[in-house]
Amino acid sequence: MTQAPDAPSRPLIHAISLTKRFPVSSGWFRRDRSFAHAVDGVSFQIQRGESFGLVGESGCGKTTTGKLLVRLVDPTEGKIVFDDGEDEPTDIASLSGRSLKSFRRKAQMIFQDPYESMNPRRTIFDTVAEPLKVQKIGGAIERVERVSEMLGMVGLTPPATFLFRYPHELSGGQRQRVAVARALVIEPIFIVADEPTSMLDVSIRTGIMRLMEDLAARLGISYLYITHDLAVARYMCSRIAVMYLGKIVEQGETEEILHNPKHPYTQALLSAVPIPDPSAARPPVKIEGGVSTPIDPPPRCRFYDRCPVADAFCRDSEHPPLEDKGGGRMVACYKA
Amino acid sequence: MSPQRTYSQTQPSLWKARLTLATRSLRQSWTLFLATRIGVIGLAIIAFYALLAAAHPILMMFVWEERVYDPVVGYAFEETRQPAPPSLKHPLGTDPLGRDVLSQLMFSARSEFMLGLLAALVTVSIGTIVGAVSAYFGGVVDAVLMRLADIMIMLPVISVLVVLSALIGVEHFELAIIIGIVSGFGATGVVLKSQALSVVVKPYVEAAKTAGGGHVHVIFVHVVPNLLPLSFLYMMFTVTGAIFSEAVLSFLGLLDVRMSWGLMIHVTESAGYLLQVTEYWWLIFPASLSITLLCSSFYLVGRSLDEVVNPRLRQL
Ligand SMILES: Nc1ncnc2c1ncn2[C@@H]1O[C@H](COP(=O)(O)OP(=O)(O)OP(=O)(O)O)[C@@H](O)[C@H]1O
Ligand code: SF4
Ligand SMILES: [Mg+2]
Repeated sequence: MTQAPDAPSRPLIHAISLTKRFPVSSGWFRRDRSFAHAVDGVSFQIQRGESFGLVGESGCGKTTTGKLLVRLVDPTEGKIVFDDGEDEPTDIASLSGRSLKSFRRKAQMIFQDPYESMNPRRTIFDTVAEPLKVQKIGGAIERVERVSEMLGMVGLTPPATFLFRYPHELSGGQRQRVAVARALVIEPIFIVADEPTSMLDVSIRTGIMRLMEDLAARLGISYLYITHDLAVARYMCSRIAVMYLGKIVEQGETEEILHNPKHPYTQALLSAVPIPDPSAARPPVKIEGGVSTPIDPPPRCRFYDRCPVADAFCRDSEHPPLEDKGGGRMVACYKA
Repeated sequence: MSPQRTYSQTQPSLWKARLTLATRSLRQSWTLFLATRIGVIGLAIIAFYALLAAAHPILMMFVWEERVYDPVVGYAFEETRQPAPPSLKHPLGTDPLGRDVLSQLMFSARSEFMLGLLAALVTVSIGTIVGAVSAYFGGVVDAVLMRLADIMIMLPVISVLVVLSALIGVEHFELAIIIGIVSGFGATGVVLKSQALSVVVKPYVEAAKTAGGGHVHVIFVHVVPNLLPLSFLYMMFTVTGAIFSEAVLSFLGLLDVRMSWGLMIHVTESAGYLLQVTEYWWLIFPASLSITLLCSSFYLVGRSLDEVVNPRLRQL
């Protein structure tokens, strides 16, 4: 998957004001319907070969953003321009029929839960070969070969001993390796990795992360890497976006954000997680209040209720726009 | 032609592997099934009636004279009084019309099996697909199918059968199809849909979509197979329901069946022997006991399968 030399100037994925609202039923009367603003006007770009991180606490809309990018969820508003350099750049949301099916050859997703992302009644071979089968790639013999090759590649060796086992006969780490093999088997150029290691033992995590990083480098794959763990983001991603209640509040180079967080929420996140770097002396930031819900939020800054430095201006204004603060750093805060 | 050659080389090993897996899981289920006891009892009863059913045509061909032993038009000429009590020639006596009760009992067993299994097959095929489709698509499809289910559940089946009997004549085959449709689109469909709802939200369904799998692929490869254990269970319960319904309807004289256990009791009743149980026991007990036993046997097997497919026990 080599790209033209001018490739970096054109992002692989360009999300523009991406919005997803889920209707939330509120009682018997349909008139005053509520909406969960899972993803609320989010914009970002993912370059070819880049691993872009999405960080934030539970319920902030990371998975929904990932699903939007692989068209498991249709956006309420906004566009996702996908430009693989081969075909014309297209809005993912406008795909259907054959164009959607061919997009699915290029974009895959690895799911959060390795215990639920495999059909318990199908063998490892069936699971890994499924993309080949539905895309009608190769005959039976090629599929067995291809699947064996992939299993070997993700470190499940010898492959023959894994082919005809069921998911419940595998450990969590082995299953997540199967999930990686399955995502890679049709040679996609883009993968949404939804917290692929969050359910695994710490001892296995590094192995899976190294595997994904290694494969990305070797096969030229771009990732949207979703995690709530800043240490993981630091390991995997060159650039990250920090999400809070459906909004991106800060975005930029991972190292820079970790050393010099500008948004109060990012600062709070970092003070909660010790970053193994003594030079980064930061005063602890306290945030009050529990996790807010994205159901019909007021128009002001989403972080207002928990923000330690909020003032009257924040209260009376709209949610702050994501502004460029120089050096590729984007922050959505009036006070930053 | 080299791809074809290699294809035929691996194909057997692929099939062999799948066959091994299938037999292994069957053997595991069988072991669990045997451990439940009630299932074994049920299976023994089913086997007993299956033997009776299978033996009837053989007896008719080689041992029993047709004009005497035919379950519908036979007549026990040598008996002076009908119904005749059990004797060597007629182990369960004869009915008020002079027909051999044992022959009727055995002949009916076969049609009870066919009725029960056909009704169950139709019910479960419809119910599984209705449940899967309804849960998978949701929205309008779901709304339409569920309103249809409401109608089926509320349908006064007996009245409908009375009308149908008058119009087209309802025999075992028609009855099986009617029961299958009513319960497949009705209660069984609703139960399987509620199970399917927990399957369609599984990440492996989303994974299949991300791979490019269409609706048909997802429904038949991921949703339906995960409903099959429950479908199979409901199949057993439907057999029970179908045999029981047939007995009741035949007893009421609402069906056009030539012979069945329910009809045997109906004949007894219309000839006025129903309340003289102690005196004419052979007119009532063989048929009613058979209905009870065969109904319970499928129920017992179903209950035992419930334990086999129950994930709690599967954990080990
Ligand atoms: N199908 C849905 N219907 C209604 N609301 C939904 C749906 N999917 C997600 N949401 C809501 O959208 C918000 C974002 O959910 P999402 O799964 O994207 O969060 P997340 O960041 O991935 O969280 P986690 O870290 O727990 O996985 C949540 O408030 C959730 O309740
Ligand atoms: S805009 Fe105001 S309320 Fe929002 S994060 Fe910045 S300081 Fe806090
Ligand atoms: Mg998530």
